[in-house]
Amino acid sequence: MENRQELNRNLAQMLKGGVIMDVTTPEQARIAEAAGACAVMALERIPADIRAAGGVSRMSDPAMIKGIQAAVSIPVMAKCRIGHIAEARILEAIEIDYIDESEVLSPADDAHHIDKTAFAVPFVCGARDLGEALRRIGEGATMIRTKGEPGTGDVVQAVRHLRKMQSDIRRIASLRADELGEAAKELAAPLDLVTFVHDNGRLPVVNFAAGGVATPADAALMMELGAEGVFVGSGIFKSGDPAKRAAAIVQAVTNWQDAGLLAQLSENLGPAMVGINADEIETIMEERGK
Amino acid sequence: MTVGVLAVQGAFAEMAAYWRAQGAAVFEIRRRADLARAMDLLALPGGESTVQGKLLTDLGLFAPLKARMDGGLPVFAVCAGLILLAETVEADGERAERRPARWFGVLPVTVRRNAYGRQLGSFKTVGTFDGRPDVPMTFIRAPAITAVAPQVEVLSTFDGRPTAVRWRSITAFTWHPELGAGGAGRAVCPPTAVRRVEDNAPCHAAVREHAP
Repeated sequence: MENRQELNRNLAQMLKGGVIMDVTTPEQARIAEAAGACAVMALERIPADIRAAGGVSRMSDPAMIKGIQAAVSIPVMAKCRIGHIAEARILEAIEIDYIDESEVLSPADDAHHIDKTAFAVPFVCGARDLGEALRRIGEGATMIRTKGEPGTGDVVQAVRHLRKMQSDIRRIASLRADELGEAAKELAAPLDLVTFVHDNGRLPVVNFAAGGVATPADAALMMELGAEGVFVGSGIFKSGDPAKRAAAIVQAVTNWQDAGLLAQLSENLGPAMVGINADEIETIMEERGK
Repeated sequence: MTVGVLAVQGAFAEMAAYWRAQGAAVFEIRRRADLARAMDLLALPGGESTVQGKLLTDLGLFAPLKARMDGGLPVFAVCAGLILLAETVEADGERAERRPARWFGVLPVTVRRNAYGRQLGSFKTVGTFDGRPDVPMTFIRAPAITAVAPQVEVLSTFDGRPTAVRWRSITAFTWHPELGAGGAGRAVCPPTAVRRVEDNAPCHAAVREHAP
């Protein structure tokens, strides 16, 4: 499976500098593709609605996912519950391009994640810091995203997770080689992966930002803090003019350093998603699956 | 030698590293102002062709880059970059009418996107490139070249279909010479493989079918 791991890391490399958008219908998928999404995440309810509905949230209906696969030529991702091996097998059987083993859905296993090395299909997983990221990569994840706090429209957690990840990486890179064993123990992460981070000053896989991104400025902030691309969930299709906002966020990710362009892109986008302060909510998704 | 790498989306960092490893000076092209710099070669990286094509237009890069290609600027393109160059992009089902079937359209070949299927169809192989054996080749949701004009030189094939081609000052791949462990891809395409061809007369020759 070593070959698959490398191919799956390679696909994530092709997504870099791009925006992955949550969509719930083929029509939304077409809007996202036309606006410049580099991939779409097919799910029945976007995180803001999952949050509003409450109850148990599961993998989406495969028929709905297939409808989205038929509608676009860009890669299609879908979510399975943390630890739900059977949901992941089903998504693999319908040839999904990437599985998100996601804390946005209700976890199926409160102790274990899926052994992702046993799959040919690639996985992306959420992480709040370097230790969590390296544990997921050790299990076979070939792409990482920050968790943020999904469905809130509040970027504060995504910022916290991205800053933590980058500062953890800088700290590991600054250590002496004979200090890495202790660091691996502290991070609860595999030593070979800690050593990779030490030697290369980066994660061994692509790292996107996710959770609460609602504006072109939010997306540019993520890139400024070291993300290699951005997931936008509720922020697009919960806003007033999804097509325009989606296209603006795509351009903001490419030219995040060009403040003049960001100003233009931020003009007249209509109402953003309303949003909830992340510290006013009861269900804390980022705590799921460590 | 100075290489401009299109950096609107995709694996542009890998493409930049590939050319730096060959001793080139590299700069990124993200907006029109970046085109003020002189370049000896334009490198088009892997990524999503629909995204790159849209951003080229939105960011005002399409027309000036097209003009330089028409003027003979050497181009090195992989995967999505090849799709952007192709004269013909095969219609893919119901989606065909919704977007332009071609972008730059300067390379007389026909391509089919996602020709090997979804990510589960991505693969690695080893093949002969430009007479050199045992070159590792990585195909990621790769397109296929289904037809080439007679003057197009085929540099590598897989399953009987061309996977890398050279025509005038353009070299283009369906696979990724810029990826690969231990810099295996490094030696694949030395700068000499990219030639500035003086004859820029348009190609009117009929496209011939390349049977698999």
